[in-house]
Amino acid sequence: MRYLADVGTLAAKDLRLELRSRDTVPAMLLFVVATLVVFNFALPAGASAEAAYGLLWAALVFTAILGLTRAFAAEREQRVLEGLVLAPSDRSAIWLGKAIAVVAFLALAEVVALPAFALFFEPVSWELVAAVALATIGFAAVGTLLAAMAAASRARELLLPLLFLPLVIPIVVGGVGASIADDPGRYLGFLALYDLIFAILSWASFEYVVTE
Amino acid sequence: MIAARGLGRSFGAKAVLRDLDLDVAERDLLLVTGPNGSGKSTLLALCAGLLAPTRGELEVSVERGRIGYLAHEPLLYRELTALENLDLYGRLYRVPERRERIGMFLERYGLWEERRERVGTFSRGMQQRLALCRTLLHEPDLLLLDEPYAGLDEEGAELLDGELRALTGTRTLLLATHDPGRVAPLASGRLALA
Repeated sequence: MRYLADVGTLAAKDLRLELRSRDTVPAMLLFVVATLVVFNFALPAGASAEAAYGLLWAALVFTAILGLTRAFAAEREQRVLEGLVLAPSDRSAIWLGKAIAVVAFLALAEVVALPAFALFFEPVSWELVAAVALATIGFAAVGTLLAAMAAASRARELLLPLLFLPLVIPIVVGGVGASIADDPGRYLGFLALYDLIFAILSWASFEYVVTE
Repeated sequence: MIAARGLGRSFGAKAVLRDLDLDVAERDLLLVTGPNGSGKSTLLALCAGLLAPTRGELEVSVERGRIGYLAHEPLLYRELTALENLDLYGRLYRVPERRERIGMFLERYGLWEERRERVGTFSRGMQQRLALCRTLLHEPDLLLLDEPYAGLDEEGAELLDGELRALTGTRTLLLATHDPGRVAPLASGRLALA
């Protein structure tokens, strides 16, 4: 119970920080809409639905990177992470609290992105919504761990995409598959399995990322 | 409480601490002095467990949550208020009677009136006062204080003098400073790093 209370405290802190500063979510919203508008003009007339779904997933991945780049900005500014790491709570609670906040920020971006996608490109199916929901968990699980690693580095803006993009290729494969396949269940199952495996790995390894 | 043998710490090719032997008993106050770059902050970060030694051994026989660490930076969120910052730490450090203790510290350090203001609007001295509240809130057994007087005005420095007098002999303290004169009478030992 204490663990969950710590997670709740840390997630609430991140949501409050974003409400105050409005540094991350507005930028993510603008970015995802702008990207879809650009893709709308970039895609040739008569292009396939498959191509449009592919572009949606590319937009979601880059929006996630934008959000994750700022995920530990407040902690980095005044080395607050050191204070959190010294607390007696399990250090994985820091990861879980931050990942919950990242899920919330991504979900807000997607609430805007999916209607915009429907407006410019193709209708949004329930399978696509389910795939995006599962992908959001995967992005947050892997991305929060990598964002913490990158935050300790001088070249953090470069490091995060370099580490994040290869690791989320399976999410893009699963997401695009679930969007266009006749049998999306198989791809949704794949995304759920990815979430499970990477959430456990990230949860278990976070302690080693924030300590030497 | 703290024992180091041949302790060393390097950052890349640069050795900041070399071959340090150290013993700090419970309820001692060790004054750590030395010029910039001599490794005072590194030693405190090693004792806090935030850095790992690159050579030698270091044993700190106190649980992680029983350490109070005052760093150069206040370790506070600029976008949160003074009250919200202390409440966050109070929850994570499981401070009993959290609200009462937070109120007591804010009053003691002259920040009660500003408790609902964001830390980002505070002066350096006010941030240092709040950082001291954060450090002491959970009544730590081991206090690691890195330049605790930095940024404090005379009134704040006198408050800290009184706090240190009260803590001496009841807690273990490592205090790193450029200006040892103020604390020297309380110290049970002194480590001069070169």
